[in-house]
Amino acid sequence: MKLLKGALLPVVLLILWEVGMRTHNVQSDSLAAPSQIVVAFWNAILDGTIARRTGETLRAALIGLALGSGCGLILSIVIGLVPPVARLMQFSIEVLRPVPAVALIPIAILTLGFGYGMEISLVAFATFWPVLIYGHAAITNIDAQLIDLSRVLRLSTTARITKIILPATLPRFFVAFRLAMAVSLIVAVTVEIAANPLGIGNELMTAAQSLHPDLMFAMVLWIGLIGWALNAGLLFAQRRLFGPAGGALTVQP
Amino acid sequence: MGVRHMGRGSTIFADPGKLPDRETLMNQVSPLPRTRTRSPLIAFQGVNHAFGSRPVLQDINLTIGQSEFVCLVGPSGCGKTTLLRMVGGLLAPQSGEVTFGGAPVRGPAKEISFMFQDYSKALLPWRTAAGNVSLALEAVGMPVRERGPRILELLTKVGLGAHADHYPAQLSGGMQQRVQIARCLAQEPSVLLMDEPFGALDAMTRQALQDEILRLIAVSRTTVIFVTHDLEEAIYLGDRVVALYPNPGRVAQVFDVDLPSPRNQLTTREHPEFLRLRRALFDFIREGET
Repeated sequence: MKLLKGALLPVVLLILWEVGMRTHNVQSDSLAAPSQIVVAFWNAILDGTIARRTGETLRAALIGLALGSGCGLILSIVIGLVPPVARLMQFSIEVLRPVPAVALIPIAILTLGFGYGMEISLVAFATFWPVLIYGHAAITNIDAQLIDLSRVLRLSTTARITKIILPATLPRFFVAFRLAMAVSLIVAVTVEIAANPLGIGNELMTAAQSLHPDLMFAMVLWIGLIGWALNAGLLFAQRRLFGPAGGALTVQP
Repeated sequence: MGVRHMGRGSTIFADPGKLPDRETLMNQVSPLPRTRTRSPLIAFQGVNHAFGSRPVLQDINLTIGQSEFVCLVGPSGCGKTTLLRMVGGLLAPQSGEVTFGGAPVRGPAKEISFMFQDYSKALLPWRTAAGNVSLALEAVGMPVRERGPRILELLTKVGLGAHADHYPAQLSGGMQQRVQIARCLAQEPSVLLMDEPFGALDAMTRQALQDEILRLIAVSRTTVIFVTHDLEEAIYLGDRVVALYPNPGRVAQVFDVDLPSPRNQLTTREHPEFLRLRRALFDFIREGET
């Protein structure tokens, strides 16, 4: 019932859109009727465009995400546990963090050329920061008593990290990872739209420039679906992972 | 604080009107100090400490004997917890020395176990009761297959044998503190440091756990340093009660508790010596506050 109510507005709008396009017999280079979009989408699935382009985008986004969030995780633990390193890095982090990843596209093209390397590097750069900042906050927010406990029990550094710090911060790291994943898709598609001849973003640009609004809209729709599916998957994993044992630990962003 | 203790204490008597006045109590001096033949295990020698510019401890000199149960009492800001953390090796004094078995404390020692005040933060919420006890065994490198029986034995000892698979969130406050006791015992400590462990529990649970602790350490002959706000709890549990003055923390007076063991929640708390000490300690703390 709730779903039905939620679907009401978009469905009505789609019908109006379709009816409007048909009654006025619009022939446009920038607009397409929903039915035309569905047909273009279906054809793109059939000829393998969707699968190939999605594979390219996801490959760049996920490898970049793994590199960026992995480095962010490690560095946040290091600066969380070794205050001198935190003081040493603080200025550099504050200066580099606000730089938008897309502003680095020209530099990345100059140094790495077109292709996966450039796109992966930019995604890694963009996803590194949320994980580092959120992760660092999570580690500095660990209850002092848990750190005391690890000292009283004389846990080794490795045991302290694996048995206390990582489990205590995992829910927050997971939230950071969800944010980073959204960022990874945004940056990957942006890089493809702006420059890189790869992936869904490039297909979207090609469709727009070759005056195929139906395919263009189909690609926009598809990007939205991918983003939604990835987030839903991670949300599901988050509930499964932190549901029973750490009800109080589940942190929402 | 004082009002609460007077109120609670007076309910022990059937007729509060028959309470002996202060003079009578103070004159009923029992043959104290009791001679102590215990060898000193822990010693504070001229300990001073400050947090920033605020002095928290000033010239602390105190020795604690083998198998002794010492309670530290005093108002907030008297440095009770700081003293405990120094013995536990979590904090080094800025001047003076804390020794354990004759050697200066340099850091946490295997023989010294620490029981924290806030049970909700001292247990790992992602581990079951058994898993939390296991942490202490993992820390000393006990092989996996030996842990299971040992964990069950420890949990049974604190009355939680049937709750091994429960997560802390599924246990009551008293039960969570029992898990913490089991984890401390897993270390097989010769010294147990307890930082207001029962402060957040209701009166009935607190009394049950007081007796539990006395029963457990009577067997193991463990030395205990117990920090509390509750004067009656200090007298009930302790062989000695160390009263501290606040701002900066100083040892004000040491009271020897000469009460028969084992303690009993009814008869011990009605014992004339208990009442005398309660009155003396209470007046003393109140004087310190003014």
